[in-house]
Amino acid sequence: MTFKCDKCDKPATIHLTEIVDGQKTEKHLCEDCAVTEGITVKTNLPISQLLEDFVLQTSSSVEASQELNCDVCGLTYEQFREQTLLGCPNDYEAFAPVLGPLLERAQEGATQHIGKVPHRAGNDQKKQNAILRIRAELKGAIAAEDYERAAALRDQIKELENT
Amino acid sequence: MKLTDLTRRAGEWLRGAGPMHDVVISSRIRLARNLAGMPFLSRCAPAQQEELANRLRDTILEAKIAPGMLYVDIVSAGELDRELLVERHLISRQQAEAKHPCGVAVNADEDLAIMVNEEDHLRIQVLRSGLQLSETIGKIMQVDDTLEEHMDFAFHSRFGYLTACPSNVGTGLRVSVMLHLPALKMTGEVEKAFRAASDMHLAIRGLYGEGTEASGDFFQVSNQTTIGKTEERIVEEFCEQIIPNFIDYERRARESLLSRRCSAVEDKIFRSVSLLRSARLIGSDETMYLLSLVRMGVHMGKVKDIDLKTINELFLLTQPAHLQRILNRTMEPPERSEARAEFIRRRLGAT
Ligand SMILES: [Zn+2]
Ligand SMILES: [Zn+2]
Repeated sequence: MTFKCDKCDKPATIHLTEIVDGQKTEKHLCEDCAVTEGITVKTNLPISQLLEDFVLQTSSSVEASQELNCDVCGLTYEQFREQTLLGCPNDYEAFAPVLGPLLERAQEGATQHIGKVPHRAGNDQKKQNAILRIRAELKGAIAAEDYERAAALRDQIKELENT
Repeated sequence: MKLTDLTRRAGEWLRGAGPMHDVVISSRIRLARNLAGMPFLSRCAPAQQEELANRLRDTILEAKIAPGMLYVDIVSAGELDRELLVERHLISRQQAEAKHPCGVAVNADEDLAIMVNEEDHLRIQVLRSGLQLSETIGKIMQVDDTLEEHMDFAFHSRFGYLTACPSNVGTGLRVSVMLHLPALKMTGEVEKAFRAASDMHLAIRGLYGEGTEASGDFFQVSNQTTIGKTEERIVEEFCEQIIPNFIDYERRARESLLSRRCSAVEDKIFRSVSLLRSARLIGSDETMYLLSLVRMGVHMGKVKDIDLKTINELFLLTQPAHLQRILNRTMEPPERSEARAEFIRRRLGAT
């Protein structure tokens, strides 16, 4: 069941039912109209909106950001913008020029983690990316039914994981 | 433990009467974690998703995190069971509708749930009744430490714990406190209270009832900022500032209602009690609305013959999946309305 917003044409995501003295009224609102109605308070824009704004504001960097992509999982900037989900841990490096300013706006200006750090070491980015690359190869080998190669790649992953 | 064992009672977060329970229903903290050396879920091939789900399930069960852990495979679970888990706040609606390999691990006390292969590889959640955020953060960090002994999480020196969506990066921590604000709603001040909190970077949303509808008196307040603050700081802001403010507003609104519009408020409360005790057909939204008023009546000292535990349980047990599970038959909405009315009458000791 999808509703359009009572106030504008966008899809409604906030649905409220009020029953006053047996009279039921329903409200269907989009995020934005719900905010103006005081129903939800949203101080941060959704990531997709922030990305859009970022691109508009820095039009000189549009082309530069469009060329960003991850050579580990293959995610392109366009794909990131569409689904607003990243593809692999390396994307935080690959898309850093966009993510830095984006996080600054979405996260009260902060882009540096100061909280908990995992106890276990062995978590360095280079090794993790090497594993990710082998996993991508493994995916290809399985698709091509090259099981010998797949087995060799699995061993490589195990070896890397245990060092 | 089996899934059917869960049905008969409410989880700790609804059974218990935690601190500040007149206004605070529950405290929830969630941590987002992803395995290092693995793509995020949306970039995993189906075979990889399956491998991940199995590996995470085995690790969680072998790590002996809590007694009586139950693992539910979401895709092979029936529709009713998936709904049941959503009604109990153990999985998200998004996960209930998933078609890819995923699951949830739940402990016997039901205050811990670990979602596997939701938006992130792991979503760890601890849920307690009332305002119990310091207990909740303590418990969830313990679970995180234990899991960390068995696997490496994707972590970056600048960005912290890496998550599929950048809006969770850093701590991966989301605090959500569920509030019952019937008096603020009645005095029309609820918007004012939200605006006062609007510079605190919070997300506030109505609690969803059946389907797409939301009941008017319940609101969930969550943090939006996940990076640049320590986990302890995020929790402190809720315990020391954000939630006490809401509690204060709501309590004052209740006092003002009692001193200025006492008979109107009593009328609403006692009509709700009689409706619940005498209705022959009742939908889940109307049930929510009436229970909300009775709940306020109990805390105002007006309703003396119904206890909080009964009301809290009714909120859960009258929802569609629970009702059908308890009565052990599938029912369409009209039939449910009749069964619900009868169930409520019996619980409230009416004839
Ligand atoms: Zn709108
Ligand atoms: Zn990538």
